[in-house]
Amino acid sequence: MKVGLFIPCYVDALYPEAGVATYKLLKHFGVDVSYPEKQTCCGQPMGNAGFERMAKPLARKFDDMFMDFDYVVAPSASCAAYVKVFYPHILEGEHECVSSKKIMDIVEFLHDVLKISSLPGSFNHVVSVHNSCHGVRELGLSSPSELNVPQFNKIIDLLKLIDGITIKEPERKDECCGFGGMFSVEETAVSIRMGEDKIERHMATGAEYVTGPDSSCLMHMAGIAKRENKNIKFVHVSQILAAGL
Amino acid sequence: MSTIHSKNAEIFNKDRAKTTWHDQTFWALREKHDNMAKQLPEWEELRSHASDIKRHTITHLADYLEKFSANLESRGVIVHWAADASEFNETVLDILKSHNVSKMVKSKSMLTEECEMNPYLEKHGIDVVETDLGERILQLLHQKPSHIVVPASHLKREEVGRMFEKEGISKEIGNYDPTYLTRCARYSLRKEFMDAGAGMTGCNFGVADTGDVVVCTNEGNADMSTSMPKLHIVAMGIEKLVPDYDSLAVFHRLLCRCGTGQPTTSFTSHFRQARPGAEMHLVIVDNGRSDMIADKEHWQTLKCIRCGACMNTCPVYRRSGGYSYTYFIPGPIGVNLGMFHDPQKHCENLSACSLCLSCDNVCPAEVAPGSQIYLWRQSLEALGKANKMKKIMSLGMSALFNNPPLYNAALKFAPLANMVPDSFTNLGHLNPWGVGHSNPEFAKKSFRSLWREGLK
Repeated sequence: MKVGLFIPCYVDALYPEAGVATYKLLKHFGVDVSYPEKQTCCGQPMGNAGFERMAKPLARKFDDMFMDFDYVVAPSASCAAYVKVFYPHILEGEHECVSSKKIMDIVEFLHDVLKISSLPGSFNHVVSVHNSCHGVRELGLSSPSELNVPQFNKIIDLLKLIDGITIKEPERKDECCGFGGMFSVEETAVSIRMGEDKIERHMATGAEYVTGPDSSCLMHMAGIAKRENKNIKFVHVSQILAAGL
Repeated sequence: MSTIHSKNAEIFNKDRAKTTWHDQTFWALREKHDNMAKQLPEWEELRSHASDIKRHTITHLADYLEKFSANLESRGVIVHWAADASEFNETVLDILKSHNVSKMVKSKSMLTEECEMNPYLEKHGIDVVETDLGERILQLLHQKPSHIVVPASHLKREEVGRMFEKEGISKEIGNYDPTYLTRCARYSLRKEFMDAGAGMTGCNFGVADTGDVVVCTNEGNADMSTSMPKLHIVAMGIEKLVPDYDSLAVFHRLLCRCGTGQPTTSFTSHFRQARPGAEMHLVIVDNGRSDMIADKEHWQTLKCIRCGACMNTCPVYRRSGGYSYTYFIPGPIGVNLGMFHDPQKHCENLSACSLCLSCDNVCPAEVAPGSQIYLWRQSLEALGKANKMKKIMSLGMSALFNNPPLYNAALKFAPLANMVPDSFTNLGHLNPWGVGHSNPEFAKKSFRSLWREGLK
């Protein structure tokens, strides 16, 4: 099984440790992983801001770069979702999109494809799970609270494999944290308020860490928490899962 | 980078306690929706069935409209057609004038808000009295609805009580008990019902097969408005049609569960004809709706049944209030409807969305308002309304991401940014991110560098 590793731009620059953890997890389970070095960004920031045309050349290159892999795996739910949901639409009429069918978030890949049932290591902390919007509603990493569907949470399923961990979920378990890419700089007041509310609910669980599949939500909340001197830490779920590797 | 919405939202957020209260009020409705949805095992099938019915009806609208109006006409109802808001207003005025009506009681109708009917009629000497409690309160306060289902929910009972005292509606000064205030409003309205020469209702659903005008209220005010005066005028948008009773049942189960978390409205009235000695008129309004059918990307908006669920679940609506939007319908669906109504005027509402897509999931007709907002944003450039700073940022990212060597160089130098202190970057005009965040730290070595150094 050949897997192409997609490390989105901001993970590359700001949170390489989430990328390293993802790589370690894949290697641990014997996956043949490569990292195409010409990759950059999926184009989501431009698309969400209303400039999808600027995302188009990126989508084209992305698809060419990853088309021969069996799966494409990324430690960022939102970026994976952009490729999965929007690329076929962006490339419609000029290129049949292949990567959209192959892309997965690391949680989804470990849970659904590798179906892992054990992990070494322990994490003796209380963590609150951040169910990021695109992970929930576009990738289906957990059951959206609005829908009448059987309840599941792939992130929690995986975290349960780690020794010593105490897993919590905040009230309003999948309400948006307020990041939303350029939303956070365009609608600052609402975005910050949403972030503050979300942090408060995570902290109310008694958690020491907030974890999730999307470093961008974590970045937003960490930025607010640090500014407001809140005593809570943020860590990508792949880093907890890879703690014992 | 700010938009009209973001500026209004910033003002709203200055009152932290009120923002909290507003958020909790509407979250409570969202929770009621969840409870209701989870009691029906077939909930998701119902939603998808509703969406199918709407798609079918919209694509066969001419046939259904004909059937519907013919059914009503066969029973003596006078049917009028209005292409736009001014035709609608003129038609209503003509009907009232020809019956020498100077006062009309009115049950809630968002269509009349859309057409700005009240000020038009008032200008022509008609006294229009809202009878939905929330709408009546707003009318007396000279405010507009801040939500389509619970239009005055942004007000606290003390605000209502003080206004009632001023208007002479409530006599016990300082009594702000909701039951007492509701009773006062009821007594005051009773007189209006007695005096009015006409009653107007909206139409939640028009059943083509039988020619039923179906009106859902929680206060029975539509029935009061139609059973006292001898003239009943119905205001109805062309999209309100459903084919038959079976399809009506589907929407009936969804409307209230989604909007207020009730199994159904307290009153559901079917009007088929005027009662003996009375007259019933129906005004069927297009006002841009046919253009929506023709819009390949956004026709789905026409499936909306105005339940308000998208507002209740929207984290942005809950924290910015109904008046932060420029269009009279707020929240996710309002952002979309405003774009149809006047894109130049209402495009700044497009910022009011973090694309969390919760609204796509609660919508009973699967309109997917959040996903539609993403699509509308793509039309901003063509409208000449793209935000300059966002465009520059996007062009910058585009140049960077399309050029891997440049991207590599940027990665290498990015950690230098860590040396810039927060106090410098917290100046909003230089770094909008710095308004409420500490800056994230660039890693000393990017993933790419680590990979090249032998991670593999």
